[in-house]
Amino acid sequence: MHIVDRRLNPGSKSFANRQRFLRRAKDMVEKAVREASKDRAIGDLESPGEISIPSEGTREPTFRHTQGSRRDLVLPGNKDYVEGDLIERPRGEGEGEGAGGQVGRGDGQEDAFRFILTRDEFLSIFLDDLELPDLAKRRVAQTEKEGLRRAGYTTTGTPANLALHRTLQTSLSRRIALKRPKQGAVDDLALRLEEALRLESPDVERLTAELEAMRTKRARISYLDPIDLRYRRFERFPKPVTQAVMFCLMDVSGSMTEHMKDLAKRFFMLLHVFLTRRYKRVEIVFIRHTDRAGEVDEETFFRSAETGGTMVSSALQEMLKVIRERYDPGVWNIYAAQASDGDNLSSDNPQTRELLQNQILPLCQYFAYVEVSGPNVETHGYVPHHGQSSLWLTYAALQKENEKFQMRRVSRREHIYSVFRQLFQRRATKTAEAS
Amino acid sequence: MRGELLYEGKDWDFGTIQRIHDAVADIAHKELGLDTFPNQIEIITAEQMLDAYASTGMPLFYKHWSFGKRFAQHEGIYRMGLQGLAYEIVINADPCISYIMEENSATMQTLVIAHAAFGHNHFFKHNYQFRQWTDPEGILDYLSFAKAYISNCEERYGHAEVERLLDAAHALMPQGIDRYPRKRPLNLHMEEKREQDRKEERERVYDDLWRTVPGRARGSKQMAGDKRRALLGLPQENILYFLEKAAPRLKPWQREVLRIVRLIAQYFYPQQQTKVMNEGCATYCHYRLLGRLHETGQIGDGSFLEFLTSHTNATRQPFYDSPSYSGINPYALGFDMMRDIERIVREPTEEDRYWFPEIAGTGDEMEVLRNVWANYRDDSFIAQFLSPRLIRNWRLFHVVDDREQPHLEVSAIHNERGYRDLRRSLAAQYEVGGYAPDIQIVDVDLAGNRKLVLHHRVRDGKMLELTNASMVLGHLANLWGYEVLLQEIDSGTEQVLKEHMVRPEAG
Repeated sequence: MHIVDRRLNPGSKSFANRQRFLRRAKDMVEKAVREASKDRAIGDLESPGEISIPSEGTREPTFRHTQGSRRDLVLPGNKDYVEGDLIERPRGEGEGEGAGGQVGRGDGQEDAFRFILTRDEFLSIFLDDLELPDLAKRRVAQTEKEGLRRAGYTTTGTPANLALHRTLQTSLSRRIALKRPKQGAVDDLALRLEEALRLESPDVERLTAELEAMRTKRARISYLDPIDLRYRRFERFPKPVTQAVMFCLMDVSGSMTEHMKDLAKRFFMLLHVFLTRRYKRVEIVFIRHTDRAGEVDEETFFRSAETGGTMVSSALQEMLKVIRERYDPGVWNIYAAQASDGDNLSSDNPQTRELLQNQILPLCQYFAYVEVSGPNVETHGYVPHHGQSSLWLTYAALQKENEKFQMRRVSRREHIYSVFRQLFQRRATKTAEAS
Repeated sequence: MRGELLYEGKDWDFGTIQRIHDAVADIAHKELGLDTFPNQIEIITAEQMLDAYASTGMPLFYKHWSFGKRFAQHEGIYRMGLQGLAYEIVINADPCISYIMEENSATMQTLVIAHAAFGHNHFFKHNYQFRQWTDPEGILDYLSFAKAYISNCEERYGHAEVERLLDAAHALMPQGIDRYPRKRPLNLHMEEKREQDRKEERERVYDDLWRTVPGRARGSKQMAGDKRRALLGLPQENILYFLEKAAPRLKPWQREVLRIVRLIAQYFYPQQQTKVMNEGCATYCHYRLLGRLHETGQIGDGSFLEFLTSHTNATRQPFYDSPSYSGINPYALGFDMMRDIERIVREPTEEDRYWFPEIAGTGDEMEVLRNVWANYRDDSFIAQFLSPRLIRNWRLFHVVDDREQPHLEVSAIHNERGYRDLRRSLAAQYEVGGYAPDIQIVDVDLAGNRKLVLHHRVRDGKMLELTNASMVLGHLANLWGYEVLLQEIDSGTEQVLKEHMVRPEAG
């Protein structure tokens, strides 16, 4: 008998099957994930969760019988029946029980099929068709991003890179070209010479000379010559690096209620999850502002509170400053997302607009503005509500003029996802939607 | 004789497993006369057990989304704690592979080893169904070939293409089974001998006079039809086989994939037909083996009680009116019947002598049981060996549900008049023909539009369930490449009850 311990074998053997299953049920899983994400907190987004999909698309049909006209049951546990007893049809079966049973079974199959998605699966499905738009500037960074790739053969190199096959090919062609005598021919001649010696034929001398010549030639033309050596050649090539920086701007002034801040935070956290997941080389800059603006770290950005007035232009100034200092627009793809309740010092509006239109937008790939409002404001997405905020009005004109600028409103938690998706949908789907 | 305890407490290690195996093997081979394949015992985790569940219990299997679905299902159920996992999975291979879970206590491992590595193992090795249809030596190699082949196909022809094909093949899997051995092609030697015999026969009966007898008019239409069907091997109930051999539009790799699915279906076919016997055999064996281990003092009283708890749970049969009733438990029925045979062989009553004259009182129950295990399958086993005594113990009764009648009728109970009826009707429930629809390919319109014609013989008004049937037929039409017509024909009146016509999807 053998005992084999399989416990240390690589687990999740059925991973590939699971992938196939998810792919199969992709549309339904996607829909279910959207639904599920509505009632999930952002924090939960990172944890695995159960979803359920209708089992329609994952049905495995086989030929099955319906009940038929007659059924024979053999049951254990008779208590007081005798032959010929008539039993009332149990309730719930009754009329058309035959078909009923089958339909019942069928229904059971159509029941929602529930299973658990891991966090990665959930996020990758959730963020599947989102993308940073216009990731256009690709830049060659000298520092690290150089790759090696095969590029033919060379006559010099290290022994490790010796291309044996190619080397022997050259050697062979050289030997053929120079008519190097083969070992077989030499042996042949030697035999004939021996024969001639034995018979003391007159050919001995000629044969000896021939053999001598052959041997010399063989010695002179070596089997493998340094000239035959070929090495695999590698060449360095620059790998294009896509660099992007994302500016997150948020109003943290007193006019922002807790609810609004919560919305904004959720939006940015979603953005954060999305960016860190989707792009390996994305830097994120957090700028918060009241009437003054400052760059802060992530923790401060999301957690701490401030008081003061509101000057949006201050944040834009700060952003410009950071761009000038660290992110050369020629090298970096620049994105910005701004969240605000729409309040702004009215005297600041012209300046804000000026800044955005003439200085920031030309540098940016994309600028998204999300206006958060109280929970009882019914609208979200495009639809402007009655009291339009001053910032909204200021920006509205920009949106018309400039493709790079997009704005949305959001008033409820559950809308965050759809607004977020609208903003970062792949361009192709976006144009399709527009047309 | 009092042996030493094999283990104490719950914990075990490989040494324990080895000792348990050897002790069980000793009793199994020497006292019970079991004859088994060599054993290979593999220890796995719960997750691996789930993995194995998902792919029909086999250690290596090709990839398909349906296994992923099954895994997700089982996992959900398991995580919610609705259902424990099976303690073991055993594979009909040579050597016989039993998976045991690391969570099991030492007693459970003993139970599992006795049950799977000896009970099932003996059954696999001897039952005629398994001997006829399975190749325990080759199965693992074949599965690994199948896995590699299908993953190659996926690389070469694309996942979508292979998935479509496998979906179709899986839908027809129950129709991919030979129920009777196919005529084997003769080998050359036999062929030669037959030819020789023919020649001799011709010479012996040669009479030149026959030449002058005017020949019959040949080539009637009927003959042509018969000949065509004979050439195609029709009627054919093994749809996958027919497609593999005769579907005009399949590519060679697609035929090979159909073949793989078909052969695997065939491999599992005996298991469907011997559920009661197989589990009965394994349960009876573990019961005897553990009982003996306890008698000889190799397992302690506590362990024995632990074993009895599991054993009685597994062989519990709730009555029909109990909320937990969900059909007849094959473990319970199998085990009780085996025990009953033991009783009949050892201490028969007058009744037993009348019902089972050939085994009653012969004294060696293992010999009788070994014979039973080798030569029966569920339906024949029940038809032969369900005793009146057991019928009374189980208080079996037979209810007829005729949809034309307003009431259900009790047609037999556990009394003198009812025994034969009950035995027959219970056996009928285990007949293959009872649960699998009888569908055959009967003809192909080769001259015309290559329409494939199938018949479903309807018994007792059991028509095909429509949604499923049309999906399966869609798959079938795609494989065949042309139209498919399925006629449902009443087997009594030969009337066509319903016709399904399906065209292949374009492309």
